[in-house]
Amino acid sequence: MRTVNHRDRIAEWCMRVLTYAIVAAVAYIILHIVWNGAPAMSWAFLTEMPRNSGVEGGIYPAIVGTGLLVLGTMVVALPLGMACAIYLSEYASQSRFTSFIRLAIATLAGVPSIVFGLFGLGLFVIFLNFGSSILAGSLTLACMVLPTVIVASEESLRAVPRSQREGSLALGASQWYTVSHNVLPYAVPGMVTGSVLAVGRAAGETAPILLTVAASFLPRLPQTVYDQVMALPYHLYILATQNPDAEAARPNQYGTALVLLLLVLGVNCAAILIRYRFRKKYKW
Amino acid sequence: MSIESVGIRRRYVDRFMRWTFTAMASVTILIVLAIFLFLFKESLIFLREEGIMPLLSTRWSPTSVQEPGFGVLPLVTGSILVTLLAGVVAVPLGIAGAVYIAEVARPLEREILKPFIELLAGIPSVVLGFFGLVVVVPAVKAAFGLSSGMNALSGAAVLGLMAIPTIISVSEDALRAVPASYRNASLALGASHQQTVWRVLVPAAIPGITAAVMLGFGRIVGETMAVMMVTGNAAKMTFVPTDSVRTMTATIAAEMGEVAQGSVHYSALFCVGVLLFFATFLLNLLALNVFKRYGGRA
Repeated sequence: MRTVNHRDRIAEWCMRVLTYAIVAAVAYIILHIVWNGAPAMSWAFLTEMPRNSGVEGGIYPAIVGTGLLVLGTMVVALPLGMACAIYLSEYASQSRFTSFIRLAIATLAGVPSIVFGLFGLGLFVIFLNFGSSILAGSLTLACMVLPTVIVASEESLRAVPRSQREGSLALGASQWYTVSHNVLPYAVPGMVTGSVLAVGRAAGETAPILLTVAASFLPRLPQTVYDQVMALPYHLYILATQNPDAEAARPNQYGTALVLLLLVLGVNCAAILIRYRFRKKYKW
Repeated sequence: MSIESVGIRRRYVDRFMRWTFTAMASVTILIVLAIFLFLFKESLIFLREEGIMPLLSTRWSPTSVQEPGFGVLPLVTGSILVTLLAGVVAVPLGIAGAVYIAEVARPLEREILKPFIELLAGIPSVVLGFFGLVVVVPAVKAAFGLSSGMNALSGAAVLGLMAIPTIISVSEDALRAVPASYRNASLALGASHQQTVWRVLVPAAIPGITAAVMLGFGRIVGETMAVMMVTGNAAKMTFVPTDSVRTMTATIAAEMGEVAQGSVHYSALFCVGVLLFFATFLLNLLALNVFKRYGGRA
């Protein structure tokens, strides 16, 4: 039963207004970028090299650079993160070691992205002598997204009911047999989508790649993993703040912002949709 | 192959897999240790040459030829000012949003609102910074009649927005975790729905909401790109919202590209990084403890 009186009504409306103010702000930001970015969008913009420090021409090398960084991040972060999640969900006991790992994950999740940049600079760029390169950038980003990959994967593993494991163990199967045959097949789709979501966010990060890989203007494609690349978020930053003629660069700024936004939101939406479909597939 | 040999092989595989997963999991600990190690290693250059006192001065002008200043205090106050102002935006909006979504919204409305607000968390910070630069900065400039809209206030507006999704989703979970008996008891005593929400549910969920706010603050303190693009980056001690400020994060990001590796300035930036690392580490640890102590669920 819910009694409704005037004061309740007023309080509800206040909260409704505040909540929809947030919604309006989100909608306004997205529409503003889409509206102003759409005119800049063309096949040439996506496939041409930038000219005149990016004020003219396209953003092709930045798209390729971001793609390579995301790929590199995935190759490192997915196996590591998933293995860690499997350990935490299937093997870990209530030990001090486990609580250390949990603390480490919580710490990593809270480290500011620019500090990851400093760390990447100190370890990968200078100490391991990778230089400012795709390799250093991918490894730095991988460290950064690791906690998100772990949390998402663990959630998906825990969604598999206990009885599934107990039944297998009771029949005499070993732990690994149980995990590989009775848990992972049901958990892997969720693990992958959660992880892709995490890595998709990495595509939009600027601060870590600022110090470890990004080149402000490099109108050619990388040849090896030791090369620098341009990247969409850094390109947008440079165009928006370091350009003497900011007004002339507006179309390309909005265009880059739109491509980046679509890329990151697209990955997010895809992951949400896939997860929704898998959730419907297995009903425990 | 006999059944026994299959069994033995399985047992070895089993043990091998357990070791593999344990080893992979310990990589997380190694990364945290490596972050500690390398931040300290690079800041040692400064501490060895200049000591710790220069860091405590109020002047940050590392490129000055006559007398370089490495005082981090203006950067710290810059970060604090922007964070507190952003909190003024994000905390009321975030809590109102969480209560609305958890308690007032109809189920369908909730299903639409939640992912929509989560979209906000998905927008890259450099895009929000760009939006701040072309929309918020001119608006702030016009609204306050300033010569430039690049100030702490613009930074707070953009960063406040970024903290909202974190505050909403964690607070909403906390509100949902309040036992149904609390609500039923309150309603049975004749309290109205809103009285129940604000006098029973919210107080019961306060640990979770506090944790949500701290996590949100952690996010704001560590945010780099958006804040660098809109706050104007003047390194001076001030608590006036319409002044231009420079945060710790922005200082590192803006100056690291121009320093020589191994120089005093380079190392000073790592010192700022260490400070930043500990500030966010403490905020997160605090949030985690509040959560654990009061039986909140993550």
